[in-house]
Formats: sequence, structure tokens, C-alpha cells
Amino acid sequence: MADAAKTPPAKPAKAAPKKFMYVNRRAPYGTIYALESLEVVLIGAAFDQEVALAFIDDGVFQLTKGQDTKPLGVKNFSPTFRALGDYGVTKLYVEKESLQERGLTIADLQAVTYEDENDGFKEKPSIQVLTRAEMGAIMQKQDVLLNF
Amino acid sequence: MTMLHTINKSPFENNALSSALKHAQKGDAILLIEDGVYGALKGTTASGDIWARRVDLRFYVLSADLSARGLAKGQLIEGLNLIDYAGFVDLVTTHKSSQAWL
Amino acid sequence: MKISILVNEGPYTHQASDSAYQFTKAALEKGHEVFRVFFYNDGVNNGTRLTVPPQDDRNIQKNWSELAEKHKLDLVVCIAAAQRRGILDEGEAKRHGKGDGAANIAPGFRISGLGQLIEMGIESDRLVVFGD
Repeated sequence: MADAAKTPPAKPAKAAPKKFMYVNRRAPYGTIYALESLEVVLIGAAFDQEVALAFIDDGVFQLTKGQDTKPLGVKNFSPTFRALGDYGVTKLYVEKESLQERGLTIADLQAVTYEDENDGFKEKPSIQVLTRAEMGAIMQKQDVLLNF
Repeated sequence: MTMLHTINKSPFENNALSSALKHAQKGDAILLIEDGVYGALKGTTASGDIWARRVDLRFYVLSADLSARGLAKGQLIEGLNLIDYAGFVDLVTTHKSSQAWL
Repeated sequence: MKISILVNEGPYTHQASDSAYQFTKAALEKGHEVFRVFFYNDGVNNGTRLTVPPQDDRNIQKNWSELAEKHKLDLVVCIAAAQRRGILDEGEAKRHGKGDGAANIAPGFRISGLGQLIEMGIESDRLVVFGD
């Protein structure tokens, strides 16, 4: 290792970001899981990892338009999804079959967009509708899957 | 790059097992724990889902949860593997990732 | 391998904490490193020292505390989830004016932020989730 004395030690290689997926399978409000999952997403956004949210089964109900929780006296957290773009969270995968089974279409969901900094800050949709087969394939590519 | 799916719900209670099976990819492992072990019973309205995937997925049942519920191997769908917690740990380390279908 | 565990349910109502405990013990017995156990949602209730289960039942909190002591485990309770559910350490009890002796965090547990959950996902080779 004679060369080691002459050349400065290499910086430790920065670990490649991991792929984190938050899998949402539960409806909002009946339980706290949807809200506390979203709280993890917001904190996790600061860590420079690759982040995606999956909405399958009853999880698709989290994104419906027009949620009004005033009569319940609990916090309406659905607007928070629209702020995710500002946190760099821009991949919200919604499963087509889960929508269909529940009589929903993409038009029943609120619009969630982000400004693409690599494309002149053009506004683009964060929600992508995937088939169940596509969702399964994407899940398998993840490093860390968080279900609550 | 296969994945471990853990299911802890009875298939008669909710769709966790059914949903996991619809998303699992060829070569993945399915581990039934807690009330999920009821999904391993043969001759039920839910057994067909596992039977249909017996070739391209591998199925495991946590024996501690099985015996706690008074179930024996003879009552289970053929071809499922019984494992203990050490076997659970091995499944975690030998798959790239794991997903709990809560 | 470096393994971390997430526990999303409290003791007794759900099996999640028992399952997580048995899994953690098995992982340690196999010689794996348990980087951290993170308690979230109602899982924070595993970390109160005030539970007094009947004598013929297992003491889930004590099981965790003893395992932590034996293996130098890092048991972390989420601060936001803990505050919602009344799990406090000395500092939090003081900060929120809850009076002397209000701290109820169990031995071997510590209260910290959600960032610890993300960090364990990054630092560990595997993350296993237990919940309902």
C-alpha cells in the first residue's frame, strides 16, 4: 500500500439512495394509520431517498375529493397530499383495479401536482394510475416497504 | 430479487391474503403468521387462492401460531412449509425486502 | 445482517408486539445485529413502565426492557405518537408541565423523532414491520 501515502484517502462513497415505498391500504379517519403514515412521509422526505406512495385496496379512499371532517371534529389531512410535491415527493401510484372495485375513477380523486424542476418547473400530475400487475412489479423493486 | 410477504389476518376477516397474492411476483415467499395461519387451512372458501399459486410462489406457516390455535399440519393445504421464528428470520435475510400486509 | 423492526401496535390487544419480540429474540440468537426497534402508532404503549399485567400473564414491556438490557438494543418510541398517547420521559414531562413523577417511559426505551425510523430503513439491510 505504498501509494496510500501519496494519494489522499478517497472520500467514503456516499451510499446510493434507497427506494422507500409507503403502502396505503386503509381508508382515512376510521383509524389513525393513514394520517400517521403521511407523517412519516413528510419526515422521510428530508432524507434524500427515492420515495413513492402506493394506494391500493381501501387506501384509494385517502385521495378522494371533497373530504370535510368538520362535523367529526378531527383534522382533515387530505390537503397535505397536495403539498407533497413541495417536499419532493412526486410519485403517488394509485391502483386501477382498486379504484374500479370501489366504483371510483381518477376523476373522483383530488388533483395532486408538482413542479418539475428538471423541466422548467412545469406543473405535472403526481398521481399515476397503475394496473395491479404494474403495482406488484414496482413493489418488488423497492428496498424498504412501510405499511402501517 | 424476490420479496417476503407476511400476512397476519384471517382470509375470512379481510382481503390481506387475497391482495398479497394478487401482487406477489413469481418466486416470492408468502408467510402466514398470527391469524393469517387460518388462510393455510384446506377445504375452505379461501384455500383455492393459495392452491392456484402453489407453483410460482413459496408458502410458509409459522408453527407457533398454528399450534396456539390448535391446528395441525394435517389440516393444511398440501405443500406448505412449517417454520419457527428462526426460520422466519432466515426468510427475511434471504429475500431482498419484506412487506407486511397489515 | 443488520435488521430493524417496526412495531405499530400496543401490547395485549394485538399480537404484533409479541410477534415482534419473538422475531427479535430469534434474530439475535442467530447472531444478527438488531440495529433498532422502533415503536409507532399505538406501538408506543409498549414503552410505559406503568403496566401491571396479572401475574400469570407475560409482561410485554418487561420482556422488551430485559431484552434491551441483555443485548444493548436501541428501543425507540416515536415522540409525536408518544405525546398523543401520554408516554413521556423526564424532559417531555417537564416541557409540557405534567409535574414531577409524570415520566413513564420504561427502562431501555428512549423517546425520539420519526427520523429514527427513516434512518433505520437506510442503515439496515432489512426492515420488518409488525402491526395489525
